[in-house]
Amino acid sequence: MKRILAILLFLATPVWAVQPDEILADPALEARARDLSKGLRCPVCQSESIDESNADIARDLRLLLRERLASGDSDAEAVDFMVARYGEYILLKPSTGGANFILWIAGPVLLLGALGVGFVYLRGREKGVPPDALSEAEEKRLAELLDE
Amino acid sequence: MLVELGHFALILAFLVAIVQAVVPMLGAARHRHDWMGVGGPAAILQAVLVGFSFAVLMQAFVVSDFSLRLVVANSHTAKPMLYKITGVWGNHEGSMLLWVLILALFGASAAVFGGNLPASLRARVLSVQGAIGVAFLAFILFTSNPFARMARPPLNGEDLNPLLQDPGLAFHPPFLYLGYVGLSMAFSFAVAALIEGRIDAAWGRWVRPWTLAAWLFLTIGIALGSWWAYYELGWGGFWFWDPVENASFMPWLIATALLHCAIVVEKREALKSWTILLAILAFGFSLIGTFIVRSGVLTSVHAFSNDPERGVFILVILAVFTGGALTLFAARASSMQAKGVFGVVSRESALVVNNILLAVATFVVFIGTLWPLIAELTFGRKLSVGAPFFDAAFTPFFVALAVILPVGALLPWKRARIGRALASLRWVIVLACAVGALVWAMQNGRSALGPVGAMLAVWLIGGAAVDGWQKAGRGEFSSKIRRMIRLPRADWGRIVAHGGLGITMFGIAAITAWQSEDIRVVGVGETFQVAGYDLSLNDVTKGEGPNYLTTIGDISVFRNGREVARLYPEKRNYPVARMPTTEAAISNGFLSDIYVVIGDAQDNGGWAVRTYIKPFANWIWAGAIIMAFGGGLSLSDRRYRVGAGARRRSLRGVAAE
Repeated sequence: MKRILAILLFLATPVWAVQPDEILADPALEARARDLSKGLRCPVCQSESIDESNADIARDLRLLLRERLASGDSDAEAVDFMVARYGEYILLKPSTGGANFILWIAGPVLLLGALGVGFVYLRGREKGVPPDALSEAEEKRLAELLDE
Repeated sequence: MLVELGHFALILAFLVAIVQAVVPMLGAARHRHDWMGVGGPAAILQAVLVGFSFAVLMQAFVVSDFSLRLVVANSHTAKPMLYKITGVWGNHEGSMLLWVLILALFGASAAVFGGNLPASLRARVLSVQGAIGVAFLAFILFTSNPFARMARPPLNGEDLNPLLQDPGLAFHPPFLYLGYVGLSMAFSFAVAALIEGRIDAAWGRWVRPWTLAAWLFLTIGIALGSWWAYYELGWGGFWFWDPVENASFMPWLIATALLHCAIVVEKREALKSWTILLAILAFGFSLIGTFIVRSGVLTSVHAFSNDPERGVFILVILAVFTGGALTLFAARASSMQAKGVFGVVSRESALVVNNILLAVATFVVFIGTLWPLIAELTFGRKLSVGAPFFDAAFTPFFVALAVILPVGALLPWKRARIGRALASLRWVIVLACAVGALVWAMQNGRSALGPVGAMLAVWLIGGAAVDGWQKAGRGEFSSKIRRMIRLPRADWGRIVAHGGLGITMFGIAAITAWQSEDIRVVGVGETFQVAGYDLSLNDVTKGEGPNYLTTIGDISVFRNGREVARLYPEKRNYPVARMPTTEAAISNGFLSDIYVVIGDAQDNGGWAVRTYIKPFANWIWAGAIIMAFGGGLSLSDRRYRVGAGARRRSLRGVAAE
């Protein structure tokens, strides 16, 4: 409880995410900035992007990002700049490099494995349990048929 | 005095729980009926004692007894009565007490309604339930005592977090706990069955209503939380993939899988060991959720406390119960002989695929949630896993699930032909494609999300309708309708819940693809345009609530010159809790919501105003409520009713479906 309070107090003012005065005049550039800032984490918040966050630092990062874009950075360059400054912690969508590859590949690999196991299981079910031994009457009838 | 009685009752409940955990289990092992019989009364007594203790705590909040530390930290005399009451569970200690109360109530209802269970199974179920109770009562008594007194009571309290002073959030935790803790019943049944070494169709029928009830509450709880986030956090997000949200979502996913494969056990006596495993995992994930929320290992907006001692305690509980059950599972699972035989194409197989998709989706959420921890501990990388990852990695599983669902629901048991199911769905396929194409054409090729969402929604809802229509058999239109109305509640439950899923998926796709947003500075008297609406800021006034100060904007919304809504967004400040909140003003509509937030006064005299038009927002939660309603229908099916006995049922045999 104290923690929530602490966090929220920290976020207290201003009570807002993107402010009117931050918005770039060029709508295309602003749209790019909005898109990129949705993927950047507010460093002092809990799983909130700088686009959503009310924290002062999130505002600073939004302004910084817009500055970079306005000075002609491509999307990738602007994001790289932010990562160089604040570490990969700032990326809400983790990179696929290095050990992170495990994170990205885990779901698909497990799915394939599970489908494989599932299929083998289903095939096994289809063959099913071996039929019970023939009853006495059936044995007799079988013998009769074979005799014929 | 009363407070001490409450504390004493809690200690007594702890002792009773120990008896409930030990005696019936020994009795079942030694075939002593008198020992087994202890379980029922003990479970009821435990519920009564915890209930008394909870009532005492609630009374302390109602009368604002500031000699209690918990009341001081979370209440205030000026707080409205509703929030004095809900403040009982708006904090760590009180919410744990609610958790244990619900656990004890589930145990007691198993004792009351479990009359038709075999005596030894009933004894073992109650014993496992008792053991969980022992663990959590110990947790409360030794690490989080809600009845701690203050040496010097202050004159007034520190007030509850204003964000929690809200009807949506007031009832979000109890529903979630009903869900989390309800899954303990599935767990207890699973462990009891493993100890018995026997699981059959009857077991499936006993365990399913409990799972269904837990799932239903969890669905409502998650929907309430999401709805609250939507209107309270000030920008209309409905899901954040926050660790704590994931913690509630994982048990939901596993419970959904369990719900479906318990049907296979019940109808076809197959997939038994898998069902047992899911039952263990479902509660395991509930415990993991509790651990995540209370330990502070993963930082989250919702985190209650980051007390390492509490975290370790819950980790031990988690390890003992999940680890113990899984060990037992490893030892005993091979003895679960499956009976049913079925073809590769059959409803059983469709349910297997459903389970695979749900289980892998859960795993994706799980690894995504824990990855920052894993990466930091093993590779020394400090990184984040946020919404963009989950959107990309999780969504495909639900799309796949939605695609196979209507086909799977139409397949008969044992052996089926996909062609036949597709043939009965042909009009739905045509309709879904047509709607998808129409939406695509109308939105001029923005994201593909909207058309795909609309297509899947039509596919799911149409599929559910065809499902019901086919169940009604052949014959004239009027007699078909009559038969359809008389379908068993379980069939209706399935149809309604699957349709609800379609509605939710459409809502999510629509709001993500089509919402529009506008941020600007507006002077009083000024008018501006957002997505075809004209909004004008008539006035901004200051006011005062029972325990807060507020700034209220007065905004008229016009469409084609006609006023369609008058909105009063607020910015509140709670002086005691020293916290500001934004109260968005929302005009709820069937087709779209108009969502307005007022911000700070600007230097030049205007006000910052943020407007969203959120299409089909309410469909998200409406769909979830419809799903839960479907669960309720299924729960009310005759064959789960008390005393609708296994006997009568077995005479008729398992009705062909």
